[in-house]
Amino acid sequence: MSPPPIVNTVNLVRIYQDGGVPVPAVRGVDLKVEAGEFVAIMGPSGSGKSTLVHMLGGLDARTSGEIWLDGSRVDTLSESAWALLRRRKIGFVFQFFNLVANMTVADNVELPALLAGASPREARERREYLLGELGLADRADAAPAQLAGGEQQRVALARALANRPSLLLADEPTGNLDSRNTRDVLRLLGEVHRDGQTIILVTHDARVASLADRVVSLLDGQIVDDGAVGPVRRRPRASAGDVVELRS
Amino acid sequence: MRLSLLALLAKEPAHGYELKQALEQIFGRAYPSPNIGQIYVTLGRLEKDGLVKAVDVEQSNRPNKKVYYLTAKGREALDAWADEPTEGPRVRDEFFMKLVLAPMTGIADRTALINRQRRHYLALMRDLNELAERTDRGDRVALLLIEGAMLHLQADLDWLERCQEDLP
Repeated sequence: MSPPPIVNTVNLVRIYQDGGVPVPAVRGVDLKVEAGEFVAIMGPSGSGKSTLVHMLGGLDARTSGEIWLDGSRVDTLSESAWALLRRRKIGFVFQFFNLVANMTVADNVELPALLAGASPREARERREYLLGELGLADRADAAPAQLAGGEQQRVALARALANRPSLLLADEPTGNLDSRNTRDVLRLLGEVHRDGQTIILVTHDARVASLADRVVSLLDGQIVDDGAVGPVRRRPRASAGDVVELRS
Repeated sequence: MRLSLLALLAKEPAHGYELKQALEQIFGRAYPSPNIGQIYVTLGRLEKDGLVKAVDVEQSNRPNKKVYYLTAKGREALDAWADEPTEGPRVRDEFFMKLVLAPMTGIADRTALINRQRRHYLALMRDLNELAERTDRGDRVALLLIEGAMLHLQADLDWLERCQEDLP
């Protein structure tokens, strides 16, 4: 028997109430993500992208439908059961970083691994690797408030990965980054993905989305496209420069 | 290419092959390498228009080479070029025509067109990512060119989303 998908949603619906008026944000999403897949979710603002990943992380409750993670049904879990599940299995990168203000960068990143039962040494080595990859090795002893926005966002990514979660969820993980920092984040995402990390992220950034195995496009709370980013359909390139020339 | 050759000649006189090498060295692999024939044709036209002049330089054991230099008129053309703002890129109207007209004429479905176009842009972006990865970190000119291409592509994608939202 093949292993269950990491994520499986069945007719997932989320309707908000706005002063008694129902506002559907997600309208019947069936999404299956296998272990090791990297899925980018795109779509205009208000298309339901963030609501969808928040529900997958148990940070927002579904109105109807089912969510299965790793073969277990989770949409019926209590908040405390969700908290435990997140600690064990899910890394989450928010648009706003939610770092613990009175802990150093190093402690912020090590905490999830320690909570999940890693030894202090394992937690430290993992933290050193992640901060190094993100160009933040020399910021380990700083407090989050001393960091620029882009640095905080990279720390949040390191924290989400500290635990080697079964599932990495991210909402616009490069939203506050300049292009050089985005490159570091892209490189790290590519690296952990090659090591088997399952990733689902919401992004507007085409550089991020183009790294994914699969792009899911939402419009008005529904999936309108779901497929691989294929090869470029045109004549074989004579030189690398053709890519740029085509765009100029 | 006319004006980039004039600019290089404003720095110092050069022969055709040196100009080709200079362009390659400055722009790196992010820019299509110019064809030497194209460079000689362009130099010939610049000479005819009085913007450059050539002198024959003798070489031992080899045929003479032509070294080009900028004339006063060439310098004026270069100054005028530098003083003018450069035309901005325009909206890629070919896809937009398709998008607006295809459903009216029944030849294609709008959602399918948008989805195909989005995947194509993302595939182009993937190529640019790989090109950036292969480019030497110190090659600022090439990296900026790639980044410019990426930003244009991002704008095209954002606009595609707007079309998706606002066209019924």
